[in-house]
Amino acid sequence: MRSSPVPKNFPAVLVIGLVLLGVCVIASLALGSRLVRFHELIDGLFHHQADSYGASVVRKRISRTVFSLFCGAALGVSGSLMQSVTRNPIADPSILGVNTGASLFVVCGIAFLHIGTANQYIGLALAGAAITAVFVYGIGSMGRGGATPFKLVLAGAATSAALSSLVTAIMIPRSSVMDQFRFWQVGSVGSATWSAVAAFVPFLIAGMLIAFMTAPALNAMALGDEVATGQGVRTGTLRLVAALGGVLLCGVTTALAGPIGFVGLLATHVIRLILGPDLRFVIPMSAISGAVILTVSDVCGRLIGSPGELEVGVVTAFIGAPILILLAMRSKMRSL
Amino acid sequence: MGSHVFQAEQVVAGYDRQTVIDGVSLVVPVNRISVMIGANGCGKSTLLKALARLIKPESGSISLDGKPVGKIPPKQLARVLGLLPQSPIVPEGITVADLVGRGRFPHQSWHAGWTSKDAEAVAEAMRIMNIAELADRHIDELSGGQRQRVWIAMALAQQTDILFLDEPTTFLDITYQIEILDLLTDLNRKYGTTIVMVLHDINLSARYADHIFALREGKLMAEGKPSEVITDLLVKDIFGLDCAVIKDPVSGSPLVVPKGRYHAGSASR
Ligand SMILES: Nc1ncnc2c1ncn2[C@@H]1O[C@H](COP(=O)(O)OP(=O)(O)OP(=O)(O)O)[C@@H](O)[C@H]1O
Ligand SMILES: [Mg+2]
Repeated sequence: MRSSPVPKNFPAVLVIGLVLLGVCVIASLALGSRLVRFHELIDGLFHHQADSYGASVVRKRISRTVFSLFCGAALGVSGSLMQSVTRNPIADPSILGVNTGASLFVVCGIAFLHIGTANQYIGLALAGAAITAVFVYGIGSMGRGGATPFKLVLAGAATSAALSSLVTAIMIPRSSVMDQFRFWQVGSVGSATWSAVAAFVPFLIAGMLIAFMTAPALNAMALGDEVATGQGVRTGTLRLVAALGGVLLCGVTTALAGPIGFVGLLATHVIRLILGPDLRFVIPMSAISGAVILTVSDVCGRLIGSPGELEVGVVTAFIGAPILILLAMRSKMRSL
Repeated sequence: MGSHVFQAEQVVAGYDRQTVIDGVSLVVPVNRISVMIGANGCGKSTLLKALARLIKPESGSISLDGKPVGKIPPKQLARVLGLLPQSPIVPEGITVADLVGRGRFPHQSWHAGWTSKDAEAVAEAMRIMNIAELADRHIDELSGGQRQRVWIAMALAQQTDILFLDEPTTFLDITYQIEILDLLTDLNRKYGTTIVMVLHDINLSARYADHIFALREGKLMAEGKPSEVITDLLVKDIFGLDCAVIKDPVSGSPLVVPKGRYHAGSASR
């Protein structure tokens, strides 16, 4: 008989997660088109006066690493929230089209309003993400049976395709915009600056707070709206708040790094497979797994693309797409 | 043992396009087992949902101890009034102990973790429902009867004085139906839990209910003790079925014997 509902393997999973996170951080600092030696790594991290080339490379990679950890954590938690809100195991910002909505607004901002500061990017991306989320959810809930997983994914894919073509249509005639935008659009953490990291922090904290505070009620909602209402959850309010958290986290990541797909999906899935469905544990661990997945993908992109680099958005799409297909097939079979 | 007065007055309720419940007034008998009976589609589930605030009545009032339920904070209400809907969702990979533990939600706050009180309530609920040895099993691996006991245990872990159940015995074979109904009766006798449920089997309703609510087309047609309410006239009126009502040789409660077109009269031949 268990005395508390903490999953038995949670301590072990937490420790493994943190160790992996540490390994990722070291890898992200040391690996890339220029490999750094151990003493250079130490110099770069701890000896500010050291001015070897290696040490300065390491210092440049610190902000990039922090940024990719934040983005990964935000995407992981955003995925968990969206999966709970839509009660859909394959929900992810990129699959629901929320990323693309954020992209469209940012492109419009670049093309028509000549935006350039991080806060302008964030504002527009959040607006685009929120509007798209509402739109896709609205379309997905039309007809019989409400917002079923299948209809949501279909609505998300269709919306995403339509918005992508709009993005292209706006970009193509404007070659000056192209350059600014092309890099952003693939999804990359390479250009991260400390000011981008600083702009990220308040949104990350707000989104995480929402996620942690709604987790117990989301657990209740996982048993169906009727059970949740019977347990005293205001399901309408909860959906709205949790969706807001998800959109906030994904929107701000998209604003600063560009659209990065599948991280939320993968991060949450791996954790749910290992820990079970209790969101009070799934959400914090998804932050860790998301950070690990994104940082590993970034390091892989640097190694594969060397001497240049492959943007992290490309890497996650390559890993994520086949896994999505697998999961979709599995969930379809379950529902049959 | 709580003794909350739960009552509905002139409740009209339904869904977007149709009104289903048409002016029902009732007082739930305290510390008793009440059963709602009526034909398919007559509005039993809808009435139960309206009482349990899953759907908002179009008019009329529902009150707990004289206070409109809409004015009671939802979590506070959930500590008095529990509910097991007809088709809850099973999250993938959840274990029995986890699921039962989720019944504790209304008693927890986001800052205080799992307390020994929560653990006791869960252990107690699993013991009452005879599922303690299943604690670490996954729900997907259980039989229908075991699964239903787990859901009821979750509702019990909520430790409410009033419990609403919509068809807790559907899809179960007769042995499990009796087992579940016996367990619910235990609960009522030992803890005085007020139970309101929908059952499809009129004979089991007659046996296990202290009080019957008989519905037809969204209206409450009759209520009272089974021995007084369940008559051939009422069954004809509610279900449109010709029948004979005899005395159940085991429990002494009314036993409905349907006539049908083919077999009536063969006993006398
Ligand atoms: N979610 C819903 N939306 C719209 N109409 C509904 C909904 N649920 C039930 N109804 C309709 O309301 C009426 C009453 O249904 P209800 O489920 O309350 O009947 P019931 O007495 O519980 O029937 P059963 O014995 O089959 O469970 C039916 O005509 C049904 O079609
Ligand atoms: Mg029903």
